[in-house]
Amino acid sequence: MFDSESFQSAWQIIKTEIPLAIWETFYVTVLSTFFAIIIGLPLGVLIVAGDNGRVLKIPKLILKAIDVIINLLRSVPFLILMIVVFPLTRLIVGTVVGTAASVVPLVIAAFPFVARLVESSLREIDPNIIETAQSMGATPFQIVIKVMIPESVPSLISNATIAITTVLGYSAMSGIIGGGGLGKIAINYGYYRYQYLVMIFAVLFLILLVQIFQSLGTFLSKKFDKRLKQN
Amino acid sequence: MIELKNLSKSFVTADGTVEALKDISLSINDGEIFGIIGMSGSGKSTLVRCINMLEKPTQGSVYIDEKNIGTLSSKQLRAERRNISMIFQGFNLLMQRNCLKNVLFPLELEGLKGEKAKQKARELLQVVGLADKEKVYPAQLSGGQKQRIAIARAIATNPRVLLCDEATSALDPQTTHSILSLIKEINQKLGITVVVITHQMSVVEEICDKVAILDNGEVVECGKVSDIFSSPKSKAAKQLVFPEGEQNILPRKENEHHIRVVFNGAVAAKTPFIANLAKNKGIAASILSASTKSIGKKAYGNILLEINADKTKIKEVTDYLNEFEDIFVEEVE
Repeated sequence: MFDSESFQSAWQIIKTEIPLAIWETFYVTVLSTFFAIIIGLPLGVLIVAGDNGRVLKIPKLILKAIDVIINLLRSVPFLILMIVVFPLTRLIVGTVVGTAASVVPLVIAAFPFVARLVESSLREIDPNIIETAQSMGATPFQIVIKVMIPESVPSLISNATIAITTVLGYSAMSGIIGGGGLGKIAINYGYYRYQYLVMIFAVLFLILLVQIFQSLGTFLSKKFDKRLKQN
Repeated sequence: MIELKNLSKSFVTADGTVEALKDISLSINDGEIFGIIGMSGSGKSTLVRCINMLEKPTQGSVYIDEKNIGTLSSKQLRAERRNISMIFQGFNLLMQRNCLKNVLFPLELEGLKGEKAKQKARELLQVVGLADKEKVYPAQLSGGQKQRIAIARAIATNPRVLLCDEATSALDPQTTHSILSLIKEINQKLGITVVVITHQMSVVEEICDKVAILDNGEVVECGKVSDIFSSPKSKAAKQLVFPEGEQNILPRKENEHHIRVVFNGAVAAKTPFIANLAKNKGIAASILSASTKSIGKKAYGNILLEINADKTKIKEVTDYLNEFEDIFVEEVE
């Protein structure tokens, strides 16, 4: 497996395919996480703000519906979900194969997860601080925008990091049914063509990407946390 | 003028309904510092939360300057709440904002922005003596400093009423004193009506004009602080004024009598009556406990004496002491 000839051919593949694959994985992950946050953040806010009508008066039925939908989407395994959302993917992207097409199922898989992460971040806020804002005559919208979200920024950042590394893992999985990136390289060359060296390299780069995202997330979360003594 | 009329509040819990407040009526005049004191669970925090409708009373109404707060729409209530500021035991500052931005917060809620708002916030930091902490985050402040920022924030909207919910309970005695002085200063300078919720009699003594004693959801005594301090009538008031209690004094023998002497004014406090008792009556009294304080400009206090004598002698002692002005004497059973 590691004789010079196979090493040569593996190196050739790595040289020509890996740089593009890294880029594809990177942008699919970032783009999908971005859209997942766009959808998931408001849902998480609604769940916490509507809880017991503390900040927002939202009908119980709507809260329950959001809860059920999130649980439902989170319980479908990602591979199955990708296949199930084919019609939607075709509607939005025009095709079901390729790097861009994998963004649709990734977003659908990730936004319920993001909503739950946002929920847990916002629940950490001291309810007394929300009460204080209410005692000052803050509107529900002001409480969300000026208190709940800014006060939980460090926690939101570290949870966004969890989300982005999870999406990265999913994006690699999408290689099985036509998604691009490092996952596709690992599966197509490593699994189907027994080029284990290529697979190992693809996995190494995946690990590297996770490390980079995680370190950046931890750094930013700490930097933005004004509860920690600094200067 | 704050008027509470027949206020009741009950909570439904798993163990049934709990009546936190029972038919409370109080009126608090403009510019007054009004204390509401009670033990834990007496309902004082619920009561203060009813004043700005953070808790909706089950029954009764709250009038502020003849406006019934309970009937306002949520928009009107929000506007009214800018007139009723509140500070808390836990300070409740925004931890991700620096001090200046914390003070700016209520101004932002009103839509006041820019340099004008900043200038106002800086002035307020000056008032509370923390002008140099503008860019510091709350995590770097001490408890007393945090409460000062909270006070600056609370008075930013020029409120007519300041509610203090156990505002000094998390602070040491010296810091408590400085925060209370600040509250008093603000009350005098700005004419804000202050409602002080506390479980510490010392807080009431130090700054309040009037006090209501809350016990088990009911107002058991209400009046001028000096009156209640010198002659508490209800059991709850006695417990608060004489926290050392009657029970934790050593068991007495047959002829040992305990007499409480309460002063109600500076003249009495200067009379050397214990010496006089010994000299004129030949009665030796030992002091079991004593505490005197000055409230306003008068001195108040109480002394617990132990006298070893028979009933007739004791009668003689109480009669003798009762002749003094501003002294009340009672035998403690």
